[in-house]
Amino acid sequence: MRTPALQRLFGLMRKEFVQIGRDPSALAVAFVLPAVLLLIFGYGVSLDARNVPLALVVEQPDALSASFTSQFEHSPYFKIHRYLTIQAAERAMTARTVTGIVWLRNNFTRQALTGATAPIGVIVNGVDANNARIVEGYVQEVWEQWLTSELGTRPYAPTIALTPRVWFNPAVISRNYLIPGLIAMIMTLTGALLTALVIAREWERGTMEALMVTRVQMREILLAKLVPYFILGMGGMAVSVSLAVFLFGVPLHGSLLVLTATSTLFMLAALGMGLLISGVARNQFVAGQIAIITTFLPAFILSGFVFDINSMPRAVQVITHIVAARYFVAILQSIFLAGNIWSVILPNALALAVMAAIFLGLARANARKRLD
Amino acid sequence: MPDIPEPAAAVRLENVRRMFRSGKRTITALDGITAAAAHGAVTGLIGPDGAGKTTLMRLVAGLLRVDAGRIEVLGIDVGRDPLAVQAQLGYMPQHFGLYEDLTVQENLNLYADLQGVPHADRKRRYSELLHMTGLGPFTARMAGRLSGGMKQKLGLACTLVQPPQLLLLDEPTVGVDPVSRRELWEIIGHLTREAHTTVLFSTAYLDEAERCDAVLLVHEGRLLGSGPPGTFTAEMTGRSFYATSGIGRRRLQERLAAVPGVIDAVIQGSHVRVVTAQATPPEPASLLADLPDLALIPTAPRFEDSFVARLRTRPVPPQMSSATAPVASGAQTPHADLRPRSKTDAGAVITVTHLTRRFGDFVAVDDVTFAVARGEIFGLLGANGAGKSTTFRMLCGLLPPTEGELRVSGFDLRTAAAPARGRIGYMAQKFSLYADLSVQQNLRFFSSAYHLHGAQQNVRIDWAIGEFDLANLLEASARDLPLGYKQRLALACALMHEPDILFLDEPTSGVDPLARREFWQRINALAESGVTVLVTTHFMEEAEYCDRLVIMAQGRVLTEGTPEAIKASARRTDHPDPTMEDAFIGVIEAASARAAA
Amino acid sequence: MWRQILALLVKELLAVLRDPRSRMVLIGPPLIQLMVFGYAATFNLNHVPIAIYDQDHSLASRDLIARFTGSPTFTVKDVLDSARRVNELIDSRAVQMVLVVDPRFARDLLTHQPAPIQIILDGRNSNTALLIEGYANSIVSRFALHWAEQHGIRAPPATLDMRALYNPTLSSTWFIVPGIVALLTEVETLLVVGLSVAREREMGTFDQLLVTPLRPLDILIGKGLPGLIIGLAEASVVIAAAVFWFDVPLRGDLLALYVGLALFILAITGIGLAISSLVATQQQALLGAFLFLVPSIILSGFATPIANMPQWIQTLTLVNPMRYCLVIVRSVFLEGGGLPVIAAQLWPMALIALATLTIAGWLFRKRAT
Repeated sequence: MRTPALQRLFGLMRKEFVQIGRDPSALAVAFVLPAVLLLIFGYGVSLDARNVPLALVVEQPDALSASFTSQFEHSPYFKIHRYLTIQAAERAMTARTVTGIVWLRNNFTRQALTGATAPIGVIVNGVDANNARIVEGYVQEVWEQWLTSELGTRPYAPTIALTPRVWFNPAVISRNYLIPGLIAMIMTLTGALLTALVIAREWERGTMEALMVTRVQMREILLAKLVPYFILGMGGMAVSVSLAVFLFGVPLHGSLLVLTATSTLFMLAALGMGLLISGVARNQFVAGQIAIITTFLPAFILSGFVFDINSMPRAVQVITHIVAARYFVAILQSIFLAGNIWSVILPNALALAVMAAIFLGLARANARKRLD
Repeated sequence: MPDIPEPAAAVRLENVRRMFRSGKRTITALDGITAAAAHGAVTGLIGPDGAGKTTLMRLVAGLLRVDAGRIEVLGIDVGRDPLAVQAQLGYMPQHFGLYEDLTVQENLNLYADLQGVPHADRKRRYSELLHMTGLGPFTARMAGRLSGGMKQKLGLACTLVQPPQLLLLDEPTVGVDPVSRRELWEIIGHLTREAHTTVLFSTAYLDEAERCDAVLLVHEGRLLGSGPPGTFTAEMTGRSFYATSGIGRRRLQERLAAVPGVIDAVIQGSHVRVVTAQATPPEPASLLADLPDLALIPTAPRFEDSFVARLRTRPVPPQMSSATAPVASGAQTPHADLRPRSKTDAGAVITVTHLTRRFGDFVAVDDVTFAVARGEIFGLLGANGAGKSTTFRMLCGLLPPTEGELRVSGFDLRTAAAPARGRIGYMAQKFSLYADLSVQQNLRFFSSAYHLHGAQQNVRIDWAIGEFDLANLLEASARDLPLGYKQRLALACALMHEPDILFLDEPTSGVDPLARREFWQRINALAESGVTVLVTTHFMEEAEYCDRLVIMAQGRVLTEGTPEAIKASARRTDHPDPTMEDAFIGVIEAASARAAA
Repeated sequence: MWRQILALLVKELLAVLRDPRSRMVLIGPPLIQLMVFGYAATFNLNHVPIAIYDQDHSLASRDLIARFTGSPTFTVKDVLDSARRVNELIDSRAVQMVLVVDPRFARDLLTHQPAPIQIILDGRNSNTALLIEGYANSIVSRFALHWAEQHGIRAPPATLDMRALYNPTLSSTWFIVPGIVALLTEVETLLVVGLSVAREREMGTFDQLLVTPLRPLDILIGKGLPGLIIGLAEASVVIAAAVFWFDVPLRGDLLALYVGLALFILAITGIGLAISSLVATQQQALLGAFLFLVPSIILSGFATPIANMPQWIQTLTLVNPMRYCLVIVRSVFLEGGGLPVIAAQLWPMALIALATLTIAGWLFRKRAT
């Protein structure tokens, strides 16, 4: 025999599942929204420049300059446009036909062979500063290769040999780290939206008022919302992870168990945030607006998934600590690319647990069986 | 009249006060309410919209806390222990609190789980409830697909799965047809008789007072009176009359309303119903000396008479706190300053022929035909979902008909050029105004929209401000206006361009009796000056103001005629003076009998 | 006709400005977004935590390390004396780079052998890793040139002389903040226009509007113009903030910028009106606006270049008005663009505006009459 409290809880949960089954919008928010967002972002956000249109200006073609320019023509990074004069190349840059110019002046070979150092003019369009820096890096790489292979010398030869090694993502594919970050961002949004909208809906339709005058306790109402939407949210998470691994080919080095466990903590924090929002805003319109403003933007900008947190002003860095996505981004990037790195996972998981406890606690404290 | 059982009261209110903050303003929703509801009785909480009924219900249910005073429910202080009260309570909020995407059975199961009904008892209880509400055949239907009356009964059944000691029903009869309303009252009667349930029932329909054992009459947060409904009507004995005269009921009503000593004069059928300030029967000659044919026939007082009398005699509160601030009494003809209109042009201004509108499989309006003559007040009467709003929207050109034809002064407004629309005035449901705009800005916008400008526009705005007594409120946002003033402003906006035809959608819903009287007084004057008025309403009693009306149900016109003729059709030997509601129910029952045959 | 449209316009602006909530929507979120984006959305690196593992302990290695320690880009978090903790530091994200100086560093330098240095980077954010590598590279090369000069060693036969046009310090702020002009203009215009009809439908005033002699076209213009006015006002505020607060240079023709923004706002207004005509409630309008905004912002080049996207998505971005607006704003701000330069962006946007407004008009007529 069930106790009355359990009977109430199961009754509410059963109701919730029946409603989810009949209401396509909950399923859409849980499964379709993450998938669509992941597809848009996954394809749309990339920091890997390929086929950068580059202008080559060789004022006096000869064997040495040809050996240099052929390096560019074989590079996968660039798509070469040749111009006869620097003026023509600059016009092409203004017209946005090319992103950068490599310019060999007419005294290039003479200077290089007479012992002076010949300057190679490199002009990039600096408007997109990040892209410009990446293009500069690619040009530098080509130049180093040319020095080594064609002239048998080293870039800083004979002074220094610098070997960079990029761990966890040796091919330096930006998608591999962007996608785990995107999952964190998207799940913050859907988690908060799910609970915020369904509770606001009960307020709007007047059913909450009817519930509150029964023997049901507020904690039972909250728990009955939390459990079904937790399951839904984890389903959305599974969809996202599958897309990441099977569609976008992101390696998953860590264990699924750790991924599930940390996702649980994160989902509780996100759902708790939604519960808290729905306690403040009692209609779906306002709740939706608050959920979007307080989750989407902070998770995008302040979670460290694209923009480096250490480089932000001190005050902004402090704010990032209250963004749950920040911790989840760190965990996901490690689990996907590096494996079960406990020194990252444990502190961040602890932070998520604290946030989940705070949000759920606040939601519970805020949910009184009263309308005022 | 059953005696109110002594001694203990099920609900006891002591000096209850409750305020709300809205932006910078503080609104007093309830103030100084001291009252009681007896055990085992039906206590009606009666008042117009904004009176504080819902707030009081929520206070009793423990959903709100009082700012001052004390509420005791079933011997328990609600403020201290709301859970203990809620365990013995059944509460049906406005709009019934149902999950529309669950079936009837699933709704019942949920509330049985929440109220802790043991599984063993459920089968018996469900069959009792389904039998009582007549929902037996519909257990697998989604609650959202039930009619208004069925939703109301399901809502009630859900609150009754565990028989409560005290049943709180917040406006359960809003949007429900008269037949369902009557059935609800039968269920309530059954509950109090058989189960001795105490019922607190809130409503804005004054005619429901007479069905209660006791009444709490609230208005603007204050208690205007309490006691058995008989005590309200008793004090009005000998003060109500039907007046008739050859000058026509509208002129007569206008004249009588202006006579000192007459506190109420309303059109009812072909008569004018008059309520006097004194219980001494007046000499007809002393009322209006120039009307030798004026006749007065005494009639039984109504609950509404008492409400009107209380509102008229109470001290007038300062400035805008009241929707019923004194209106310059006497005849006010909004169009008095305009060209006189002749009523000689008797051709039909509005014609509707075989009008049908379908939404998918659902037939909202089914082969409707009627015509309205110039200067006529024509009513579309029916419950929510009867199809009157759909008909109305098609007439205004807001919705294309599926079949049939309609003409408004010769045009189909849907395809008509803009000038044709300039001849109609339109007042939407719930007095839709731009809530964030001030009174003045609303007037200015609507007059501009109707192509008024320059000096003419200013003249009309000044007219509206004077006519509708809006001078003190020009800067107030429409949102903050009391309901009666919203209604005035909505009418003013619809009249800015002096339309020939006026469309009114539920124009008096929720306003208090004085505001309603004032409103109809203006409409009468407009009709007298030749304006054609088409009005929809679900207030049976409001139909009395119409020259002619149609009664609609399930998309069809069931009957058409003058109020007198429609009421006469329901006259039986055992029921010599039927009300419009009796007639309505009679028509509906006759229609379903025909359908069954 | 113009008198009625003016009345509608005044009413619309009053309705937006008198409601405290919509006033908040116009002022609060844009301000927060401007500040958050302006300060937090930066690809410029500073205070990158690094660790140093110097196996050489020579004068030369100390000189090189001093260049890292003194750089504002790097903050030295740890100095290691064995390779043991390298893994741990990188794994736990305590540092983002470890600089390893080989024990033969000074010896090789002096014997004119290439002196080995290794940098180990955390690839969990490969963009940051690339940027760090670039910074490290430039420090090392400056050290190498300096060393070569001091010791009379012949420099390489050719060196790169790099120069960035328009943004010589490659400041992210200069890139992001002008982008926010376009971003906020899009968001606010869409919200103002997209929600206005839905709000009237919810309040019941829309029917009232339709039964007046106003024609659907009048209503459409009356609903669209406030978007233009509010959008341009918002844009002006952000432009002023960009110039006076974030010190982004405004080099081009302001008139050209406003012509571009006006066309952009018209295109967005058309989309807002189309959303407005399709939905019944403000909530659906908000959802519709969100569903348009996300792809439109992501696939515009606001944060990452369109050139990096797969070809079919690049084709898709051709119908995104935000794409053209971003180019215009950045061109006028940084490249000193004027009307002739941005003409290539203006005509596609004009076409899009024409298309969206026509569709909106058609939908509106269909729903309204």
